[in-house]
Order: sequence, then structure tokens, then C-alpha cells
Amino acid sequence: MKNRTWISGLASIITLSTLLVVAPVTLSANDNSLPPQSVYNLQVAVEDQLGEITGLDRYKGQPVLLTMFYTSCPHVCPMLISTIKLTESKLSVEERARLRVLTISIDPERDTPENLHQVFQRHSVDSGRWSMVRPKPGDVRKIAGVLGIKYKQLPDGEFSHTTRIILLDRDGIQVASTDQLGRPDAVFLEAIRTSLQ
Amino acid sequence: MRNLIYTIAVLAVLAGFAQLAQASEFVQISGGEFRSVIPEAEGDNLIAVDDFLVQDTPVTNAEFLRFVLHRPEWQRGTAVSLFVDDQYLATWDGPISLAPESGPQQPVTQVSWFAANAYCESQNARLPSWYEWEYLAAANDDMADARHLAEWRQGILSWYSQTGGDQIADVRSEPANYYQVFDTHKLVWEWVDDFNAFLVSGDNREQGGADQLQFCGAGAISMEEKENYAILMRVAMLSSLEARYTTRNLGFRCARQGEVRQ
Repeated sequence: MKNRTWISGLASIITLSTLLVVAPVTLSANDNSLPPQSVYNLQVAVEDQLGEITGLDRYKGQPVLLTMFYTSCPHVCPMLISTIKLTESKLSVEERARLRVLTISIDPERDTPENLHQVFQRHSVDSGRWSMVRPKPGDVRKIAGVLGIKYKQLPDGEFSHTTRIILLDRDGIQVASTDQLGRPDAVFLEAIRTSLQ
Repeated sequence: MRNLIYTIAVLAVLAGFAQLAQASEFVQISGGEFRSVIPEAEGDNLIAVDDFLVQDTPVTNAEFLRFVLHRPEWQRGTAVSLFVDDQYLATWDGPISLAPESGPQQPVTQVSWFAANAYCESQNARLPSWYEWEYLAAANDDMADARHLAEWRQGILSWYSQTGGDQIADVRSEPANYYQVFDTHKLVWEWVDDFNAFLVSGDNREQGGADQLQFCGAGAISMEEKENYAILMRVAMLSSLEARYTTRNLGFRCARQGEVRQ
């Protein structure tokens, strides 16, 4: 009996130390339940406009519209957000209720939750379905890398970047994208409807 | 049996020496100002590079093998397709074995940006920025900036017309440059951290604009540097890549933030 306690004690020490050793590795390893093309294989933390921290997969299980932007952006980013809103407005109420929107900052140093929250309110977007997040500075290029988005910081602090809206399916696989700003892209809209079925 | 153990021991010692002799090192690079082919803003191509540390050779197959032994999630066949294409490490014999055409001292190629990035992170390092790489690559063996030498530029260009199909040489096959850095030219192409930053104009409101190679556009590339074709070819190649792509001639080296010298 005594022996068994000792063994189970040893076993838990071994389990614990295995966990300690293995845990950092498994964090960056892939989750086997995800399809290999899923964007959610990229395990990075993002902080939203309310300061809440999640993974990129916060809307896993729902189709998601995704874009990269920054809050001090004078022209293009407001247009990006209004294009997403305009696209959403073409959907039925039921369809819209199932769609999520995630906008990711490429300027995490300046895009604090407070700044993100201000933009969030300025555009009066649906807080149940939208979030605006910032990654850690070292993770921005990785996210841009999986999304095929290009960006460059300019000496004046502005950014030059691809203005792309991407549709992820329920598993986080990219199924469509559009570079069209200002008016809804009909083909893209159709892809959204299909993914919502 | 004793003989076998003896042989293994001798081989292990020899392998250890070989690694000691050949391992790449981080060397200190003093920063400075130089004229880049990529202006930081329109018409402004005078770039300040901070001090940094950089590996003196591209990462070799032996070094990358050691990495995937510790990090099985980056082995061929295991790495997820979000991060690597289907040619990832294709020249190796197997997930953890090299091949005659991919020897231990050859630079590792067929690696994606994600894999290169993960390797550098494992070394407590990062990929160099484009400007850091371009700054290093401006040097010949006795000058920090040899780009005004037409003959030297021509020598580099001739490599580009030869690549494809040929066996890749070992690292350090050519003399080091001014910074004691090897193989910036004439061996492989190299990933940089910001390979996906080559769109230079400001706002990007025009449809499709981001997908064009904007360095072709007016003002995007300084006309003073247009004779530097070899570097422009690197830019063109890097800007055509996705982060998961791999190619036979594309490798990488790592960098670190440098100490500012007193």
C-alpha cells in the first residue's frame, strides 16, 4: 500500500514534469483536430478592444470575415470597415447572425485596447459578432504570412498594406477573398452565403 | 563488439570536431547609413541600419536537421500545410535524414518562411530584415560598399544565369566579405523577415495595386540604384513568394539585435 502511494506519487511527479517540459512545445505544435490548411493552426494570442485575450480561433465554428488594419489609418482602413459593413448589409438577418468579423491590427504598439475600442464605437459595429484585436508585435508578420497580406511601416508611422478581406469557413480555412473596396464584391458575397449554409 | 564501440566513439569525436570546425557563428555588424534599392518612403532611400548580429553563413542542412530532431512538428510529413508547401525539405532522404545532394555543410533549402522563422526563434534569434541583408550584401571582400564596382556587380550577376539544376556548394566555399560574413552572393537566395513588405506606395486604394510589383512603379525604386540588377532580382523573387513556399535555391540565415558599441 505504502509502495503504491509512493509509485503514484512518482507517477504524478513524472506526469507533472512531462507536462512542464512538453507544454511549451505543444502550444506551438499543431492541433490534430484542425485541417492542415486551417489558419487556426497558427497559435498566437490576440487582445481585443475590451482587453480580453484569446487565440485567433475565437470564432471557430462560425464563418469569419477577417482583415488587417490599423486605427490611426486615415483613409483606407475606415473604407475597409465600411466595405465589410456594406457587404454584411446585403445578407439576410438570419445569415448575418451567423457571420463573425475579426479585424487584426498591424500596429500593436499603438493600437491599445482603448484605441481599438474607440474605433469600434465610432463604426458602431455589432459587439456580439465583431471584434478588433492586436497581436503581439512579433506575431504580426506570421498572421500576415498565413493570410497572404503584405505590409510595410513607413517612416512617418503610417503603414502601406494590402487591403484584403478574407472569408474563413467554420474550420478556419480560407475559402474566398476580395480586394475590392467601397462596394460589395458579388462573387465574394456569394461565397459568404455558401459558407453560411 | 568492443571494436564497434570504439569505432562509434571515434566517429562521434570526429563528428564533434567537424561540427566545431564548421558551425556558423553570429558576428557583430556595425550599423550605418546606405542607399537601398528600396526607398523607405518615396524618394528617400538613405537607410540607417542599427548594429546587429548575424550568422556568418546560411543555416546548413546539419544545423536544420538538429532543429527538426528537437522539434518534430517541423519535420517533413508532420509540418502542417498552412506553414509549408509540398516540396518542404524534399531534397532530404527522409524526415530526419539528409541525402547526397543535400549534405551536412550545404545550406538548407526547400524551407518556408515559417520554418526559417521557427528555426531562428529556437536560436533566440530572428530573420534579418531586408535592409540588414542588403547592407551585408553590399560588401565585397575589402569594402563595406562595393556596389559602385561594375566588375564586381557583373560577377554576382553571372551566378544568376547559372543557377538551376546545379549542385549547391557547401557554405564557406568562397572567401568571407568585409564583415567576415560568407555566402551573401553566389550560393542561395535568402529569406528575410519582412519579405512581404515590398509594396512601397502609400495608400493602396487602387484595386489590384497590392499585387503588382510596385518597385516597377514610378518613384518606387531610386533611379540611382537601377544598375543593381542582382539586388533587384532578389526583391522581385522575394515579393513573389508566399510565406509557406519553398524553392531549391532559397535558404536563410538568422540575426539578432546587436549591442550598441561604446
